[in-house]
Amino acid sequence: MSATFLGIPPFPEAARAAVDDSRTRHNLRRATHTIRDKRASVVGELNDDWQLLRAEGAAVKEHTLRHLDRYLEQLEESVTRAGGRVHWAADAEEANAIVTRLVKATGETDVVKVKSMATQEIELNNALAEAGITAYETDLAELIVQLGDDLPSHILVPAIHLGRAQIREIFLDQMAEWGTPAPPGLTDDPRALAEAARLHLRERFLRTRTAISGANFAVADSGTLVVLESEGNGRMCLTLPQTLISVVGIEKIVPTWSDLEVFMQLLPRSSTGERMNPYTSTWTGVTPGDGPQEFHLVLLDNGRTDVLADTVGRQALRCIRCSACLNTCPVYERTGGHAYGSVYPGPIGAILTPQLRGMSSAVDEALPYASSLCGACYEVCPVAIDIPEVLVHLREEVSAGRGHLGEKALMAGAEAVFSSSRALGAAQRAAGLGRNLVPGHLPGTAGEWTDTRDVPDVPAESFRSWWNKRGKGQR
Amino acid sequence: MRIALFITCVNDTLFPDTGRAVVRLLERLGHEVVFPEDQTCCGQMHYNTGYRRPATRLAVRFVKTFEGADAVVVPSGSCAAMIRDNYPRLGAGGSRLSRKVAGLAPRVYDLTEFLVDVLGVTDVGAYYPHKVAYHPTCHGLRMLGLGDRPYRLLRAVRGLELVELEGATECCGFGGTFAVKNGDVSSAMGADKARHAVETGAEVLCAVDNSCLMHIGGILSRQRSGMRVAHIAEILASTEKGGSAGPAPDDAPAAKEAVTR
Ligand code: SF4
Repeated sequence: MSATFLGIPPFPEAARAAVDDSRTRHNLRRATHTIRDKRASVVGELNDDWQLLRAEGAAVKEHTLRHLDRYLEQLEESVTRAGGRVHWAADAEEANAIVTRLVKATGETDVVKVKSMATQEIELNNALAEAGITAYETDLAELIVQLGDDLPSHILVPAIHLGRAQIREIFLDQMAEWGTPAPPGLTDDPRALAEAARLHLRERFLRTRTAISGANFAVADSGTLVVLESEGNGRMCLTLPQTLISVVGIEKIVPTWSDLEVFMQLLPRSSTGERMNPYTSTWTGVTPGDGPQEFHLVLLDNGRTDVLADTVGRQALRCIRCSACLNTCPVYERTGGHAYGSVYPGPIGAILTPQLRGMSSAVDEALPYASSLCGACYEVCPVAIDIPEVLVHLREEVSAGRGHLGEKALMAGAEAVFSSSRALGAAQRAAGLGRNLVPGHLPGTAGEWTDTRDVPDVPAESFRSWWNKRGKGQR
Repeated sequence: MRIALFITCVNDTLFPDTGRAVVRLLERLGHEVVFPEDQTCCGQMHYNTGYRRPATRLAVRFVKTFEGADAVVVPSGSCAAMIRDNYPRLGAGGSRLSRKVAGLAPRVYDLTEFLVDVLGVTDVGAYYPHKVAYHPTCHGLRMLGLGDRPYRLLRAVRGLELVELEGATECCGFGGTFAVKNGDVSSAMGADKARHAVETGAEVLCAVDNSCLMHIGGILSRQRSGMRVAHIAEILASTEKGGSAGPAPDDAPAAKEAVTR
């Protein structure tokens, strides 16, 4: 329970180590390309309808965010009316304290968990552990990460960086420590691995009386919470225990039940590349004699209202955590998720993490630059978050701050050269004269170029100089 | 038609052959090319690195330089995209700059768009007897939506054998200052792009943007791969008589590579 993102260096440095890790590179290339292709094919079959759905998804989210105060109150009302209890958490600390208190009130020391980004974000498991409560992850990939004392590296598939041989080793080594051990002759056949996890978890589901989840959506008008998953393990957690505690970011609201229609199409196709989601669980408060008899909803802010105040950056709150942007991102594919130093990796992480944390560290300040601005993320995002636009916007914030003196000087120098065609012409003539002096390996930052790439030959004459001579010759 | 050429600072300084090729091509098609001398840089580097105010000043300068033009042709997908896609984000709504940008931006074209959409040609009468692969650069592909235009132009070139590039739509890893700020990831991306390029068996990799080609070409050259890069304008400007990349015969002195005599 010691794994934490604290201590991971800023992106360029973390990425340097990551791109050298051949095993992870191999695993990631395979996994991201498989899921990328699957998504492309099921999105492609909707033709033009996809863009309409996407626009609708963006519009619903945008509208909700504009009127979030109203919808949050409505949600609280509906959940309370249906027999649930609503708690408000301003930050991670508050949320962890609320959940810890609620679990303690049940008298239990074990809880099962449905995979949830919000609880990862607040590092709930660590907080519970400090209070003597053990949280058991039940999502297969999340279980692998937990058993391996690893960190999640992907929103949907937290263990995407691991291959099946590694997973087998983790199961053999660690399952016994946590409960039902792995069968002795376990192979790395995916079915055998899944079966081992099933046996390990089944016993846990039957014994544990308190569950913790997140939610993909919270419906304001009906008070319904919605979880989408592929394994059925989430449903076990959501139905078998006596007490259910759901930690949900305030941006997860949709106004009405019928709004789900749009997202039930957008999310599975974008995320797992499926036409329809395999296990969709919905619950509204408590139902006597059916499912958990005590339900708590913890609504989490943790920086979200600050993000809302930024008119460009707030589109990041539309995110439905499908992970399509990660799967398509050429940077993520080569670095994996850990290099982003946060539970939210990839393009969405690069814009969400610094905003949620308030650009408070060198790690945060490096994230907006962890992109070539190729735009592939924006192209696939089912709620049309213009990630490159937000990246540039956050870069502006970084460059307006203190530091980065070398870069500022360079940019000022460049602007001076571009401020008149005379200055540019003079610079070009100087470059032309010095053209044979350019060494093959440059010092300093420029060495980042020449380490792996040759520099182009500087021509003796710029285009503009040629044009001027040509003009004189012709006229 | 009188066409204003925005050469871009990178082409102007480092790749004048591309500029000469554009001039030769458009003149061969019967059009007059003008070069507004006050032009410098579109501001893309400043904008993408987070220096919005200098970028805005450069945008103002660009608009002033080109506002009288009927059509502005840019032999760089990313600079054309900077002007068309990002300039509108620079001025506050209703400001002078945003009004002027709204008027000018629709008349700014990447070279391949201009040829296909405005001049209505796909066969530009070029001759280029080489095996060629085309890399669709990100801004050309996603921001400008160039689609199949470059392919149509290349397919119409006599002697040219166009081969398919695997993972074509994946970014090459250049990304402006990304190439040095995140040099390792940039190189890792470039290595894959270069590998796919070499695997095509083509002699030449072409694109609508010399900055991406400078990155991929820098890797191909460092690897001594024997593959070379060329801006699409240089291919489209080549004719049986006139040679390929490089200046027309009468302005020969700076010729670096006379490839297809
Ligand atoms: S930003 Fe868009 S593509 Fe990325 S995870 Fe969120 S919804 Fe999906």
